[in-house]
Amino acid sequence: MAFINTKTKEVQVKLVFVGPGRGGKTTNLEYIFSRIRHRIESDMVSIKTQGDRTLFFDFLPFELGAIKGYNVKTQLYTVPGQVKYNATRKLVLKGVDGIVFVADSMVDRRENNINALNNLTENLKFYDIDIADLPLVFQYNKRDLATEGIPILDVESMEKDLNAQLKAPSFTASALKGDNVIPTVKKAISITLVGIRDKLL
Amino acid sequence: MSYILDQEQLDGLEEALTTDLMTLGIQSVILIDMAGNVIVNLDDGKVRHDVYSLAALAAGNFGAVSAMASIIGEEEFSLLFHKGKSENINFTKIMDDFLLVSIFGNDVSLGYLRLKIDEVIKKIKVLIEQTRST
Repeated sequence: MAFINTKTKEVQVKLVFVGPGRGGKTTNLEYIFSRIRHRIESDMVSIKTQGDRTLFFDFLPFELGAIKGYNVKTQLYTVPGQVKYNATRKLVLKGVDGIVFVADSMVDRRENNINALNNLTENLKFYDIDIADLPLVFQYNKRDLATEGIPILDVESMEKDLNAQLKAPSFTASALKGDNVIPTVKKAISITLVGIRDKLL
Repeated sequence: MSYILDQEQLDGLEEALTTDLMTLGIQSVILIDMAGNVIVNLDDGKVRHDVYSLAALAAGNFGAVSAMASIIGEEEFSLLFHKGKSENINFTKIMDDFLLVSIFGNDVSLGYLRLKIDEVIKKIKVLIEQTRST
């Protein structure tokens, strides 16, 4: 639920990184933070378990520039990927404007990707949002593992598993190395802003 | 979905929060929505909090506490207050979608602050009810 402030000429947009546990959502945000930290005032906020897994969310706010004279403040969140943390995952999705679904390319995570997407669909329904209506980008992460001999899913089968009906934009990426992380988030922001842009006076 | 507050509404919110709360000598007051967006941010000019992070955490914290209330069969907890050594923070829900975060020192009485918050909430409700959803 983007907030448009006509007084300060500011739009606040909430983009949430979703996906299976250990899929690289936090790594995405850490990479983005490493690239922009020199030009933002805020720190990245992380609420983690002792074992360094996301417990509640990671949060990274930054200014994007202006559209129609409005400053766009983008707020990136991740949700915890672990199945048991659904209550907190659902909370973070409140007021979401756009989604980056970070899928794990490892062959043995195929089922986890599908389950995480089904869980996202269910959680969005809780807020009366149809996933097909929400700006969404898929990121097929960990493509770099192929070079280490670890079996990964081919892009076609990931598209078939996750994106056959939604037909959202998708990127192959390596969050750890930073490959395609910025293009993924740029695309997610741009399609999220398309809907909001027309509402700006 | 998005929503828009116009200049008149925002001026009204700022005025109400300044008159009713800031004049009590509190450090800062932030009106946010439950998605973590900052609607109004006022301070005494002496503090410099990272309000966007604070708003995200406050919305998350409030959501978590509401979920806990529901698990134990309560509709919600009426008092949400964290006491520090010298700074304190109070959260007040406004309608279903907004949250007022007040940060204040030990020189301000919590009871009196809550009374004033009750008063300002009535004004805020009137102003927000004119909001345009798109």
